[in-house]
Amino acid sequence: MTSRIGVVTFPGSLDDRDTQRAIRLAGAEPVALWHKDKDLKQVDAVVLPGGFSYGDYLRAGAISRFSPVMETIIAEAKSGLPVLGICNGFQVLTEAHLLPGAMLGNNHLHFICRDQKLRVENSATAWTADFAAGQEIHIPLKNMDGRYVADARTLDMLEAEGRVVFRYVAGADEEAGAVPGVGHNPNGSLRDIAGITNETGSVVGLMPHPEHAVESLVGNGRTDGLPFFTSILKRLVSA
Amino acid sequence: MARVVVDVMLKPEILDPQGQAVQRALPRLGFEGISDVRQGKRFELEVDGPVDDAALARIHELAETFLANTVIENFTVKVEEEK
Repeated sequence: MTSRIGVVTFPGSLDDRDTQRAIRLAGAEPVALWHKDKDLKQVDAVVLPGGFSYGDYLRAGAISRFSPVMETIIAEAKSGLPVLGICNGFQVLTEAHLLPGAMLGNNHLHFICRDQKLRVENSATAWTADFAAGQEIHIPLKNMDGRYVADARTLDMLEAEGRVVFRYVAGADEEAGAVPGVGHNPNGSLRDIAGITNETGSVVGLMPHPEHAVESLVGNGRTDGLPFFTSILKRLVSA
Repeated sequence: MARVVVDVMLKPEILDPQGQAVQRALPRLGFEGISDVRQGKRFELEVDGPVDDAALARIHELAETFLANTVIENFTVKVEEEK
């Protein structure tokens, strides 16, 4: 029996189907989870996909965080259920305090959509084991509220504990579709942080979209996003 | 019926690009002498029944857990006098 990975659909989720597809391509079984449903259908891991759940009303992720499915996910994540939050999913994870810090509007006030270069800083999490530490990857980025902020003490703790998982770095594709004047850091995130993890490496959140880079035929033509899904599959199979 | 107002503001150390954009537009509109603008949110809650200490405590909890994200925002709760 293959591993079952749940993908939550909130009202306003956009990338739930792409995420299910990425999971299938990696060899696991995607399981659709509904925001009103507390039942996780015995999944082994959960992905919170990108989009604009509840229209980003109040704050991005703030209303989704109190949905019935999140009650169960928050409780299960605290006892080890692997969770990946992509874009809006990352915002939900910070609002749920499963990850520290918060997400705010891009510092340049524009929506940004481009191919983004990242450096994998931590390849020991449940979702990044198939990368090499220091590896540089390109995956699409598309967001309005991508500015990661936390107080200096929290940032120092994340760095000291190796919990910064991805950082924005300069790449040749940087200007493709870029907002004028926006450099390698696409949103003003503190210390160029693109993604972080919890104490145990089971919960990971990032702004860019690995599920859009899993096949050479479509998306950005790269498969740099696939290792997210093969990493978790290996973890689940060996567990 | 009484009204309770919750004001939510970004903490002073958090960059507010929206407020900055508003501030930069002011000279074009002929408003001089405003050196900084910060933008916040105001929630007006119509409360059924009396606004006693227990009700205010509940609203404080609501503001702390939901209306504001205290990682990045501060909030105040005040009861609006009936007109």
